[in-house]
Amino acid sequence: MTADNKISEIRGKGVVVRGADIDTDRIIPARFLRTVTFEGLGDHAFEDERAQGDHAFDQERFQGASILVANQNFGCGSSREHAPQSLMRWGIKAFVAESFAEIFFGNCLALGLPCLTGSSVKVTALMNAIESDPQQQLVINLAEQTVVHKGGQLQGTIPDGPREQFLNGTWDALGQLLEADNAINDTAAQLPYVSAFK
Amino acid sequence: MGKTLLEKVWENHAVRELPSGQTQLFIGLHLVHEVTSPQAFEMLRERNLKVKFPERTFATVDHIVPTDLVKRPFVDDLAEEMTVAIEANTKEFQVPLFDINHENQGIVHVIGPELGLTQPGMTIACGDSHTSTHGAFGAIAFGIGTSQVRDVLATQCLAMSRLKVRRIKVTGALRHGVYAKDVILKIIRQLGVNGGVGYAYEYAGEVIEHMTMEERMSICNMSIEGGARVGYVNPDQTTFDYLQGRNHVPGGDAFERAVDWWRHQASDHDATYDDKLDLVGEDIAPTVTWGITPGQSVPIDGEIPDVSEFAEAERSNVEEAMRFMEFSTGQKMAGTSINVAFIGSCTNGRLSDLYEAARVAKGRKVAPGVKALVVPGSKRVRDAAEAEGLHELFQEAGFEWRGAGCSMCLAMNPDKLQGRELCASSSNRNFKGRQGSPSGRTLLMSPAMVAAAAVSGEVVDVRDLIEPPVENEQRNDDR
Repeated sequence: MTADNKISEIRGKGVVVRGADIDTDRIIPARFLRTVTFEGLGDHAFEDERAQGDHAFDQERFQGASILVANQNFGCGSSREHAPQSLMRWGIKAFVAESFAEIFFGNCLALGLPCLTGSSVKVTALMNAIESDPQQQLVINLAEQTVVHKGGQLQGTIPDGPREQFLNGTWDALGQLLEADNAINDTAAQLPYVSAFK
Repeated sequence: MGKTLLEKVWENHAVRELPSGQTQLFIGLHLVHEVTSPQAFEMLRERNLKVKFPERTFATVDHIVPTDLVKRPFVDDLAEEMTVAIEANTKEFQVPLFDINHENQGIVHVIGPELGLTQPGMTIACGDSHTSTHGAFGAIAFGIGTSQVRDVLATQCLAMSRLKVRRIKVTGALRHGVYAKDVILKIIRQLGVNGGVGYAYEYAGEVIEHMTMEERMSICNMSIEGGARVGYVNPDQTTFDYLQGRNHVPGGDAFERAVDWWRHQASDHDATYDDKLDLVGEDIAPTVTWGITPGQSVPIDGEIPDVSEFAEAERSNVEEAMRFMEFSTGQKMAGTSINVAFIGSCTNGRLSDLYEAARVAKGRKVAPGVKALVVPGSKRVRDAAEAEGLHELFQEAGFEWRGAGCSMCLAMNPDKLQGRELCASSSNRNFKGRQGSPSGRTLLMSPAMVAAAAVSGEVVDVRDLIEPPVENEQRNDDR
């Protein structure tokens, strides 16, 4: 991994997507998974929700936003990486929420999209701050685990392992996993089922 | 001090500790399907990488396959393109593929167990959140995204943080007409749809111990709906009996050695848990979801609670669910008219599920105006069901009898709800739009309850339609 992959700070406008348990079927409906690439998914993020009108992603004030702020259990449901891919291709570079579903969190990590969690009170304050001044620049500092906004700061958390991966640029784990080729073979050789219990 | 199964499996599969503090974890079995793999294979090509252990990788087609007309090319050009892609990718990278015409084809979480690929003590990954199903065998099995599919293809490993373990003990016995589906819906309602984040769920207690493997699979399958990426049951004689003689399970002396090793993977009696929950089997009733998350359910004779009875963080979601579903506080689910009945999916598309539904459908007719589908989870399930005449029983009752696939669970194939249709479904998710219509509605319940709703035209208590089982009735867990 090169130093280019290091992610320590994200600056940008916020977009507020309220509601608990926003699942990946809502983020990207399954019919858009009928594809062999991730191209073009940004156009379909939240498509069915947006068809009902007045979705945050269509509001003028949130255009150009790169930090998505949500409530609890964001990204629950299907493991489809198409969900964070569609949000990333819409323009999202980081997430702040009360909590994230685990597979979604892992997919975001693999794409270099940090997910910070904060208390309900702090996330609500951040949402209100963004809505009162949507043009303001938010600053996420991963080492400090903070989101600074006009008039306040959210002290959040991101687990140690993933935080290290962002800071040292190894969030795309493949390079590191490949390094251990001999150790992988050793582990496999010690598992009796790999040799069919012979 | 004793260890849990999760700790043992984790230690056995830990290749090394990564600089981030995470574990580089070896994956014993990688299952691949057409939806989450094409980009992963493409990434391998871009980096000039090979599949490290093609012999530990198995592919099939399940999500997009039509369940009626399987003639190639498929009517849906995009489905055809994805099928062509997995055929080309598995050929190029020398991964075995059970394609649409193969006798082993089916939903990836149905075929893994039935072929004996899924075994105790393994780590199993698949680009699908319902990979937790395989935990029924005492494997640590979990869903991953496409970049991680790439990682497993290239290295047979993942970078993972170790999970905590919550033991969920269900004591006593289940009452007549109460199924594994009702148990897991009850657990999710109690712990919440995000209660399992950071945890593996270990299911234990007499109710789980007395369950067949297929019932255990239904439970583990929906762990992810409770937020737990992993759910498992400790392997026991039921597990070993199920596995013996299956295609990929060793025979003879090797089987004895396997059983000995498998037994040792189970959690020790003095293992410590990060959390525990005890439930009583007799307290569980046939359960139906009324909302837009799998946690929003009620017993068939229960009323939808008032918004104020939910945690504050859930209330806006509960209000949204009531608006979307057109249900309100105090309402009971019995008597709700349905338009569609779907029996199938990786949760409840196995032979014993079809049996339970058939017991209800036998000698009855699907209510006028209801479209009812039975979609076996695999070709083998379909063949076994047909060998016993279940297809004729369902067809005589007015159900459509289909080919194997995911079908209307997520409606990536032509099986979709239309408009505001309301579907009684044996699947796993009642999310808005899940079954193919953005405004379509889903009620999750056991396959027997779906069959009961199909023949009644409305949600009913299945216990009113079936006789209590006679003593010593053979449980059916056929292969």
